[in-house]
Amino acid sequence: MNRIQKQFSERLNRGEKLFVPYIMAGDGGLGVLEERLTFLEQNGAAAIEIGIPFSDPVADGPTIQKAGIRSLKEGTTLKSTLIKIGEIRSSINVPLVIMTYMNPILAYGIDQFVVNMEKVGVDGCIIPDLPIEEEDILATKLEEAGIELIRLVTLVTPKERVEKIAKKGQGFLYTVTIKGITGIRNEFDKSLVNFLEMVKEVSNIPVVAGFGVSTAEQVKELSLNCDGVVVGSRIVDLFYENKLDEIAELMKAILIEEKVFRG
Amino acid sequence: MTTYTLPDERGHFGVYGGKFVPETLIQAITELEEAYLKFREDKDFLEDLRNLSTDYVGRETPLYFAENMTNYANGAQIYLKREDLNHTGAHKINNTIGQALLAIRMGKRKIVAETGAGQHGVATATVCALLNLECVIFMGAEDIRRQELNVFRMELLGAKVVSVEAGSETLKDAVNEALRYWVANVEDTHYLLGSVMGPHPFPMMVRDFQSVIGKETKRQFLKKNNKLPDAVIACIGGGSNAMGMFFPFIEDETVQLYGVEAAGHGLNTEKQAASLTKGVPGILHGALMYLLQDEHGQIQEAHSISAGLDYPGVGPEHCFLKDIGRVKYESITDVEALEAFQLLAKLEGIIPALESAHAVAFALKQAATMNSDESLVICLSGRGDKDVHTVRERLKGSEKK
Repeated sequence: MNRIQKQFSERLNRGEKLFVPYIMAGDGGLGVLEERLTFLEQNGAAAIEIGIPFSDPVADGPTIQKAGIRSLKEGTTLKSTLIKIGEIRSSINVPLVIMTYMNPILAYGIDQFVVNMEKVGVDGCIIPDLPIEEEDILATKLEEAGIELIRLVTLVTPKERVEKIAKKGQGFLYTVTIKGITGIRNEFDKSLVNFLEMVKEVSNIPVVAGFGVSTAEQVKELSLNCDGVVVGSRIVDLFYENKLDEIAELMKAILIEEKVFRG
Repeated sequence: MTTYTLPDERGHFGVYGGKFVPETLIQAITELEEAYLKFREDKDFLEDLRNLSTDYVGRETPLYFAENMTNYANGAQIYLKREDLNHTGAHKINNTIGQALLAIRMGKRKIVAETGAGQHGVATATVCALLNLECVIFMGAEDIRRQELNVFRMELLGAKVVSVEAGSETLKDAVNEALRYWVANVEDTHYLLGSVMGPHPFPMMVRDFQSVIGKETKRQFLKKNNKLPDAVIACIGGGSNAMGMFFPFIEDETVQLYGVEAAGHGLNTEKQAASLTKGVPGILHGALMYLLQDEHGQIQEAHSISAGLDYPGVGPEHCFLKDIGRVKYESITDVEALEAFQLLAKLEGIIPALESAHAVAFALKQAATMNSDESLVICLSGRGDKDVHTVRERLKGSEKK
């Protein structure tokens, strides 16, 4: 069993919800990666998404675009990030998921990408510009290596397609909660609750919601209707501003919700 | 060649093309594909398209025998397909009219588009004015500075021009931003992509709307000469005028097809836009295609004196045609294009777009290697009024040196 399945099911069986933070590798240099991952793990992260910078990130909003540019200026590459993960993997226990676009993977070489992810202990990857129609170039090789391809569904994905996508994965299903790109939003689309209920109903794997989650209230509100949340832009901002307390506060929201849930 | 039927059902040309887009866009491009496949056979749609092409755009455009240029080149007979005579001054409008008519039939009255130099933006704003559609154009901040006049044109036509301050602030960033806008407004908005690029069905659909160029050329040439030309030449940025010109000739193997890329300061410098010659296959803006990129897969900035060729990728069908050898891809530098620009003005009284001047420059070289009983056609994709300022500055600069 993959580390994602194992750790997620343990947490969910204890009645906990999943908090999955996103960070941009190399924002602040790869030297801070270990302390950031450790911090997130200690504050209850169920898994951590590690973004690899790309020059043209069409699915990302301004915050992650800017973090990507900062990271590229530091000279971060897919290769250097995987090497760094290999060096520090033994001190981190939570599942690690790489998030990047197809082109850096193609340039690195698909085979080399899969082999080295397995070697350094990466548990999954999310590729926003790889819909199921095109995933054959990568999915089988990932599966053979025991690495989860985390697929996305969105508010505009019809039910039959959600079913089809949910059946393909074993890790978790990433539900995009806004009709847009990553970034901070003030309110969610009204149809979101219904949509999350539908996704939960058809999916046999954990459903985690993300894109536009930025406040403790949103974390609580969303996690009521699914298994957990991904927080990206807000965490990236807070690390950049060095406001670690606020990150801890945000991550606690999911645990507080949990107590209410149990009580 | 056997019958050419690409793209396949999944939108692939060999390994190229496809739909490498975020899940949020899958529904939109699926809907678009279904609508296009339906309406491309629809009598009313085709009649609307034909009527506007005739009465509004001014088709068909002439196929002109350039006698002075032929004498100058001292080789093959040279013909010009005069796409510069279309309304708005370039081939771009063939596609914008088609897509706008399709958007209306899909119930979408809002249009978003990207533009580099502003030509596609102007052609889009024009049809939106004509058909009463809301129009938002994304344009890189750097391009806005370089092409102030085209920004004003688009605004005169009622479009909202949004400055893109991300990345290199040029065309590729405008595409990124237009895609992001489309992701967020997908329900009531059509993305009117300007070239044979992006995810399926765009490369196929834009090619089809532009293939009126090649169809007319073939008919006109046959009528004048009772045979086909020996060579057909077109410039390539994203590659829409070239694809429209080449497509009807693909199965005619006696016709040699040449695509001309921008070599900028030279192929061996970083300031060039020759994606097919210098790029390697990769994925950007929804398709697998040749891309200018570094060893880590980061996209590089393209350079050409002609803003319309200034793009680090190239349409997936061109990538396929290169690999199978059906089309030969050559390149022309800024300096060569500038010479051809002036030469065509003096010899024929036609000021070409700097983009088209690349095709002219290569055609002159090629014609000289051919016999006088052979002939070639140049796709003169646009007129050069928009470039007069750039050329003047450039020539003033070189005088000083």
